Amino acid sequence: MSEAVISLAALPPGQRGRVQSGEDGHPAVPRLLALGLLPGTEITVVRVAPLGDPIEVEFRGMRLSLRKADAAAVRVEPFAAR
Amino acid sequence: MSRPDSRPLRIALVGNPNTGKTTLFNRLTGSHQKIGNYPGVTVEKKYGAWHPGGRAATLVDLPGAYSLAASSPDERVALDFLTGHLAGEARPDAVICVVDASNIVRNLFLASQVADLGLPLVIALNMSDAAERAGIHIDAALLARHLGVPVVRTVATRGEGSGALEKAVLRAVDGRLLMAQVRWPEAVERAVHYLAAGLEKEGVAPLEPGELRRILFDHRSAVLERAGWPPEADPQPLLSAARDILSAAGLQPVPAEALLRYEHLGHVTADAVRFPEKRHRTRTERIDAVLTHRVWGLLIFALLMFLVFQSIYAWAGPVMELIEVAVAAVQERVAPWLAAWPAVQSLVVDGLVGGVGGVLVFLPQILVLFFFIALLEDTGYMARGAFLMDKMFGWCGLNGKSFVPMLSSYACAVPGILAARTIEDPRARLTTVLVSPLMSCSARLPVYTLMIGAFIEPSHGAVVAGAVLFAAHLLGLVVAVPVAWSLNKFVLRTRTQPFLLEMPPYRRPRLRDILWRLWERAREFLVRAGTVILAMTVIIWALVYFPRPPEVRERTVAALSASNDPSAVEHAVEAAYLEQSFLARAGRAVQPVFAPAGFDWKITVGVLASFPAREVIIATLGTIYGIGREVDAGSGDLRTALGRDLWTHGHRAGKPVFTVPVALAVMVFFALCLQCGATVAVMAKEANWGWAMFGFVYMTLLAWLGAVLTYQLGTRWLG
Repeated sequence: MSEAVISLAALPPGQRGRVQSGEDGHPAVPRLLALGLLPGTEITVVRVAPLGDPIEVEFRGMRLSLRKADAAAVRVEPFAAR
Repeated sequence: MSRPDSRPLRIALVGNPNTGKTTLFNRLTGSHQKIGNYPGVTVEKKYGAWHPGGRAATLVDLPGAYSLAASSPDERVALDFLTGHLAGEARPDAVICVVDASNIVRNLFLASQVADLGLPLVIALNMSDAAERAGIHIDAALLARHLGVPVVRTVATRGEGSGALEKAVLRAVDGRLLMAQVRWPEAVERAVHYLAAGLEKEGVAPLEPGELRRILFDHRSAVLERAGWPPEADPQPLLSAARDILSAAGLQPVPAEALLRYEHLGHVTADAVRFPEKRHRTRTERIDAVLTHRVWGLLIFALLMFLVFQSIYAWAGPVMELIEVAVAAVQERVAPWLAAWPAVQSLVVDGLVGGVGGVLVFLPQILVLFFFIALLEDTGYMARGAFLMDKMFGWCGLNGKSFVPMLSSYACAVPGILAARTIEDPRARLTTVLVSPLMSCSARLPVYTLMIGAFIEPSHGAVVAGAVLFAAHLLGLVVAVPVAWSLNKFVLRTRTQPFLLEMPPYRRPRLRDILWRLWERAREFLVRAGTVILAMTVIIWALVYFPRPPEVRERTVAALSASNDPSAVEHAVEAAYLEQSFLARAGRAVQPVFAPAGFDWKITVGVLASFPAREVIIATLGTIYGIGREVDAGSGDLRTALGRDLWTHGHRAGKPVFTVPVALAVMVFFALCLQCGATVAVMAKEANWGWAMFGFVYMTLLAWLGAVLTYQLGTRWLG
């Protein structure tokens, strides 16, 4: 059921996706990897901050907030909408 | 049992942020701690004496980190410490890795990196009570068997598990217990060998395999630099070639380490950790639905911040007044004892007692603010506040966490700058420290009140007066935004750090922990900043007091021989002494600099005298105008005296010194200038003296420019 691969910043709130890859050389990528956001990890965008940025995501039972500029370094494959 | 050969053990405490690491440190070491900074970085260094099983040990609390990739100064200090590359610091004998039981796999990632450096390890499974409640069950004994190192269940907030931890650490040290490692694929081994050979060719001392893996996996590992890689040589070709070995074997170099370690950790935790079947909508999610709501969330945030701000004023205010009254009482009691030696009397009364009072007076605000900060952090709300506010601050190089320090600085920049510690990103922290003193603190209020009360309100009415007061408070904030932006654009010029913020579950705060942190902050402020503030007070006292030739008194008394009011004579003598003091001489010399802002030598002396503490302007003007020092901003005498003052020479001779543009220029100057020794001292302690001086210089220049512009435009438009 694979759809187009999109940036994590573009994943709408409430939707799940699976991480495909991270942008090489982006400073957020090693940190996200250390936190366990790996290729293959499932991730959900929980909410967008009231002012439009940052976003809050959930993966591995953990909640994390990150800016869209950093989320853009992560490519995800969205699951088909439930 | 102590052994004859026992030197103190060195035990390091590592862990992810928000794992209760510092609480555990406090529990284990009690009050036997030393706090300082690691040389050259603003990373806090905390040591404590610990006695596991009666043996002497030094426990070192390393900064919280998610990995040893060393992309932040905090992580770098942790890595350098653990590899023994930190100047003056021997490698630890063992490491306690504090692990949040609710997030065990992610937390063990750091543990496995630490273990890779060949250090004996103990896992402190902290907050296991919260994990149990969330339905996460961990078989500690089974986990310990899989990992090969002790796993101790702790609840640091209640002190549970401390005894077991002592035994486990001794076991780990004596048995050199190492955590089970990832079975590295053959390609990794080959890449490591290749690296080792390449490093040897450049004359780098042999490194442990764990250190070589750090160089292989991390973008630009600090290990390389600290191990003696020649700074002029570019390591990139060597690194790329080693990483190509990984790529050739189908391993992507960037995610390779994380993938391999997480896979390994997944195996070792598989049967020891049981996760809940189905996650139910937790309390945290329900609270978040309100607190991060686009309307309610922002509203509650605004209300909370208003409450914090009000409390700094309302709760701290009376205590500060009490301290001032107490200091005045001590001064009054001490003064007569030393009447025989006027210089000593003045040094003790004005310099020392006044200086100590000037330090103590900050304590109430610091305590109130840090009480709220501890509450916001311990409940987990701070992360939500930063989430709400980040957009507003992020674009100019600050971040969501800059809000609390900047708001607090409206009461006082000293606690505000201390509050900037909550910001993890070093660049955003430094920017916050540098712009916070621009916020209009409460010590500026007397200057505004005096100027507005004397020159604006009488001629323009209460409405304009109120608007001017509001504008004076807004000015700093309006200036801070472009200043922060330019600092990042032109001065700091490092790449924006990713802003990754864990949103921890809401927790019930513990009063004991909060009080502990208050005590820590208070002690630290008194010891570290307090001493500098006191020293500055004494130096400025001397500049105002000396020289003291007796002729000045004789001349003044003779001139006023007709007067039969002894206090008026005393005031005139004080004014005469001040007029020829070192500070006043400097004021006269510097006056031409301030002439474009419309300042005469008296205002200039007031400005100079106010550099250690801006509120001093009122007392200084009181002395210069011969009214005495016990004046306040509402003093009618001082207002009248200012209004009556005329230029004695020059092209404006006979005209009043103070006009509306001059009054506004004085206000703008005080609004923008860093006239606060305490703030400079705190900036130096939180960043370093270089940045403190930078802050001082840029704000003084900005203040001068603002005052000149105000005066020049003001005289043109307002006449």
